[in-house]
Amino acid sequence: MTDQQPEVPQYDAAQQDAAQQDPQPVLSLDALSLAFGGLRALSELDLRVEDGEIVSLIGPNGAGKTTVFNVITGVYQPPSGDVRFYGRSIAGQPPHRIAQLGIARTFQSLRLFLNMSVIENVMAATYGSTRAMPLESILRLPRARREEQQVRALAEEVLSFFGQRLAGYRWDQPAYSLSYANRRRLEIARALATRPRLLLLDEPAAGMNPAETHEITDLIGRLRDELGVAICVIEHDMHVVAGCSDRVVALDHGVKIAEGGFDQVASDPAVVEAYMGRDPEALAGS
Amino acid sequence: MAAAVAGLVLPLLGLGGFQLQVAIDALVIALLAVGLNIVVGWAGLLDLGYVAFFGFGAYGYALLSSGQIGKQGIHLPSILSLPIVMIGAAVLGLMVGWPSRRLIGDYLAIVTLFFGEAFVEFTNNVAPKTLGGPNGVISIDAIRSFGYQFVSNESYYYLLVVVLVATMAVLRLLDTSRTGRAWRAVREDSLAAAAMTIPVNRVKLMAFAFGAMVAALAGTIFAAQQISVFPTDFDTPILILVYAGLILGGAGSIAGACTGALVVMVIYDGLLRSPAESGYLFYGLVLLTLVAKLRPWRRLAIVLAATAALGFAAHAVVGAISQRAVAGGPQSGGWVAAALRDWVIVPANPAVPGNWGFVLLVCLLIALVQLKGNWRTVLLVPTVYLAACVWEARLVVEYAVTAQLMIGAILIVMMIARPQGLLGARRVEAPT
Repeated sequence: MTDQQPEVPQYDAAQQDAAQQDPQPVLSLDALSLAFGGLRALSELDLRVEDGEIVSLIGPNGAGKTTVFNVITGVYQPPSGDVRFYGRSIAGQPPHRIAQLGIARTFQSLRLFLNMSVIENVMAATYGSTRAMPLESILRLPRARREEQQVRALAEEVLSFFGQRLAGYRWDQPAYSLSYANRRRLEIARALATRPRLLLLDEPAAGMNPAETHEITDLIGRLRDELGVAICVIEHDMHVVAGCSDRVVALDHGVKIAEGGFDQVASDPAVVEAYMGRDPEALAGS
Repeated sequence: MAAAVAGLVLPLLGLGGFQLQVAIDALVIALLAVGLNIVVGWAGLLDLGYVAFFGFGAYGYALLSSGQIGKQGIHLPSILSLPIVMIGAAVLGLMVGWPSRRLIGDYLAIVTLFFGEAFVEFTNNVAPKTLGGPNGVISIDAIRSFGYQFVSNESYYYLLVVVLVATMAVLRLLDTSRTGRAWRAVREDSLAAAAMTIPVNRVKLMAFAFGAMVAALAGTIFAAQQISVFPTDFDTPILILVYAGLILGGAGSIAGACTGALVVMVIYDGLLRSPAESGYLFYGLVLLTLVAKLRPWRRLAIVLAATAALGFAAHAVVGAISQRAVAGGPQSGGWVAAALRDWVIVPANPAVPGNWGFVLLVCLLIALVQLKGNWRTVLLVPTVYLAACVWEARLVVEYAVTAQLMIGAILIVMMIARPQGLLGARRVEAPT
């Protein structure tokens, strides 16, 4: 709660400095386990995201990557193990509290507010950082007016991150009118509007063409460099993983099977086996 | 704005007592629909117990402004009783919302429906000395403050117009604030809303409380205007009317909720009560549907001409066989009925044949839906003619039944022609 500020903070160097003085890792998962019935989705998982780091989470379908995100953001309560954000345990907190603390995410299967306008999608994500009561909003009292201006400015700022892609003329269109790639971009913009210190991106390049994939890879780097936000990415596209990650973590059946630089993980026998199976000849024959 | 101006001018054009009462009822339902729009249209919570808050407001005002409690009774000035009742309703909204805040969809609907019915049973059976049981509370004070009393129906009409416009303005301001955005975000995707810092349960409770306040406000004015309240005033028929208005106008749109409720009430309570006017509505709707759905124009002209010819021929033939079979004549009035005298077949004693005609009409309509192409056009002619005969023989007389059928038919047509409602915005469902 110490990082709570009464007004909508703007992105600036101060935030980055404060983060740098903090010796704790941004995120650490300690011996996290989770089971759905008899299925062990995660077992004894340890994961760290350091400040200003981009960590990629890879693994075959069903490896538990999205489950990790769901545990971090409070959608699932972990029965054992701990989730710590800047050293403080956040396990068991409701999702909106965790988001207010500074963890934002996007969704693998897009979850936009489809029938709201583009800019409203982004502005809605500032609910937790604004305070005006309904009566203040109705009477348009000073605090409500000031917050509304700040929120709109912030929304325009995060939307402008995408250059012409989400440029002004689209802002008042409903979100459902956007193309698939632009919906993915809007989800990232919406997540940024919560002023995260940790951004969780779930397959940001899914369904994008090679040029757009390249663009997204650049964007992930820019988000870290310009906003100082730590990023954890789930991605199947190895161009993205190779292009932006400081560190790669590979999961299979809820267990961490490899960790390190991209080249190191990509050539790890356990990772190759997880993706290809044990017997490459049998695979070639099919 | 246009609605406000129209509302203010209307009584000056000389509305009679009956029309004025219809207008007042319509405005009360419109106020309810605007409040329900918060819960259903914005927050996306299917609340079927909404009318209980209307009843709470009415009974709350009735008890605070009548001789019902104590020897002298309580006669609070309205400037006090109105806020007390509205805040009480908001608290009640929170109390209902709290246990049901995790319920979604069907579960919320059925739980709140029980709450609505429980309210009717409560007022009927609990504390009969205070609540009056089935006899309700009578001799309720007029709304009064600052030395002015709202007594005449005209004054209540103007009060309702002002309150409705003011409520719509307030809700418009709320809709464009962080609260309104949070409501709609929760409706669109509550999981994503929570991940975007929105406390979903608290936001839902706020929607319940705001909806309850608007309903209670409508209830106080209703009670004061009626001078009495009874448990049956707050039963399911009102709920159906409010929902019909909201859906017809377009859930999610303030202006839509208001317009839809006014349209439904004017049709339901106003036009259908008088045979002449309901005739215009019926034939107008039939003609409108034919014009809207039949293309090309040649086909429309053929259907209309064939229907007219069929009618005169059938009337002549049946009249030649038995004079009694056409002796009834149209039961509606006005120039439409006069024009149809030699066209529709209405027997001297129309009740039984009219009922059978209605059954046959339903069968024809089902067949019509099943058929395609030219056969449908051919069948359309006898269907329209039979509909007119049944209308003149039975439906005009049984307006209570007809009103339900008409509202249902209008909603069906609306769903096909414009699913988002009169003024609603097109919505998409998220693929899951």
